[in-house]
Amino acid sequence: MTVEAQATALEVEGLCKSFRAVQALDHVDLTLRYGEVTALLGDNGAGKSTFVKCVAGVYAPDTGRMRVDGVETSIANPDAARELGIETVHQTLAVIDTLDVAENLFLNREHTRGGPIGAWLGVLDKKRMRIETAHILERLGIRIPSLRRPMGALSGGQRQAVAIGRATAWGRQIVMLDEPAAALGVEQAARVLELILNLREGGAAVLLITHNMDRVSEVCDRAVVLRQGRKTAEVAVGDVTTDDLVAYITGAKTQRTRP
Amino acid sequence: MVYAAAALIFGLFAVVLRDDGFVTASNLLNIGRQAAPIAVMAVGMAFALGAAEIDLSVGSVAALSSLVVADAVGSFGFAAGVAITLAVGAGIGAVNGFIAVKVRIPSFLVTLGTLGIVSGVARNLNNLQSLPIRNDVYLNVFGAGSLGPISSLLIWTVVIGAVGHLALHQLRWGRHVLAVGADRSAAAALGIRTDRIRITALIASAAAASLAGMLLAGRLAIGRHDLGENLLLTVIAAVVIGGTNLFGGRASVAGAIAGSIVMAMLNNGLILMGLRVADQLIARGVIIILAVALSMREQKEA
Repeated sequence: MTVEAQATALEVEGLCKSFRAVQALDHVDLTLRYGEVTALLGDNGAGKSTFVKCVAGVYAPDTGRMRVDGVETSIANPDAARELGIETVHQTLAVIDTLDVAENLFLNREHTRGGPIGAWLGVLDKKRMRIETAHILERLGIRIPSLRRPMGALSGGQRQAVAIGRATAWGRQIVMLDEPAAALGVEQAARVLELILNLREGGAAVLLITHNMDRVSEVCDRAVVLRQGRKTAEVAVGDVTTDDLVAYITGAKTQRTRP
Repeated sequence: MVYAAAALIFGLFAVVLRDDGFVTASNLLNIGRQAAPIAVMAVGMAFALGAAEIDLSVGSVAALSSLVVADAVGSFGFAAGVAITLAVGAGIGAVNGFIAVKVRIPSFLVTLGTLGIVSGVARNLNNLQSLPIRNDVYLNVFGAGSLGPISSLLIWTVVIGAVGHLALHQLRWGRHVLAVGADRSAAAALGIRTDRIRITALIASAAAASLAGMLLAGRLAIGRHDLGENLLLTVIAAVVIGGTNLFGGRASVAGAIAGSIVMAMLNNGLILMGLRVADQLIARGVIIILAVALSMREQKEA
């Protein structure tokens, strides 16, 4: 599989975002391709999560262009991102502790019943959502003791697994994962990597934020490095060593020309 | 917990007040009638608290509504009068919600402000005089009437309880209210329109308070500037005792109704004990703090 052969999924050009005086993102370009896992690397505060939130529709960027499948779009809110097939696992997971597993998985994309009136009122089809939740978790190999337990009663790893399941269950083509394995044990972290590889096999474009360099070399095809809101490097993971990546992240080394 | 508390208080009063007529059919019915407006307000408040908002204006909205409905039913007839009053209540809730969301003032402060404004308006509306209600249909539906042997006030409690329970558990809106109340930024990240949810939760609370005011007016056949005005603390206590989290994310409509019955029993029992009004206030305050403290500790453990 050659990197060049893949079709472009998402193109971001010149993305800028500031919070008052702080320029969190400074003209960041980034391209995601189908069937490819791209690592987004950088130190704390480099702008990685801000970037993800801009693409996910949580933050409105100040300037910049985005194209999804070659079509120019603006992503005004999280719904718009989801409609374009962009799914996100946020660093905070964005799970609701007081709702149960099925309710979390289907939050804001609930099945309703009872025809148009039911849809207008938002009458929940709980049974269908529970059954589908069981299927989704089973397919992803996520074991949860009871789907009716509130999210807050689950372990950190289970919560994370559900959040990842929520982003990856819909056959969406662009998936962004912000530190998806941070709270996981060894076995569950391995499962997350397997999930990411499955997504790539399925042809999805994946953006993976992580601090774990082993993970980058295990599953990522390309790596983009942010430093103080600017893109400082974009490399094919196979062409560089882990030490090179760390040097880019700390600023010991920079790459001026883009490939 | 709230059901155990209800049983405990009932048992206690049944023994202590056995010679004062606590467990008589007429007194129990009386408790049910007193609980009705509290319960209706409590159901609305459960949504406001569930969304991590609070509505301090409910008592004043109930009072204003009692006056508005007395006037409007007299002038425009039953249906229009009731509709106008509900619209006034919902409108106050919309203003509360809009200011809280758009001007970014905590609903605690917004509704503290509207509490004052609405109370003032109610006092001005008829110069502190009560307004009699003479519409028979209204008095039947909202007050002394009954369907067979069942008081219309009890029917209202059951209907509002059922509607609230279904809205909370079976509608997308109810789940979204709790999601916003539990973690507003997570809910926003999932595309939930958190502004809309918070505003509608405060509308639900104010509309329920308006309905409660109509029930109070129906029971006494008058509208008055202070009807239900002092129920705020009682309502919040009822909701929190019933298992709703004071800080959002968890709510129980059935619990709010059970809590309202607990509060009505307390009121009734303290009166039957022959306590002076001043001592009733003190006893009620102590009991409320104890009960809320207990139920909040239980929620933390859950």
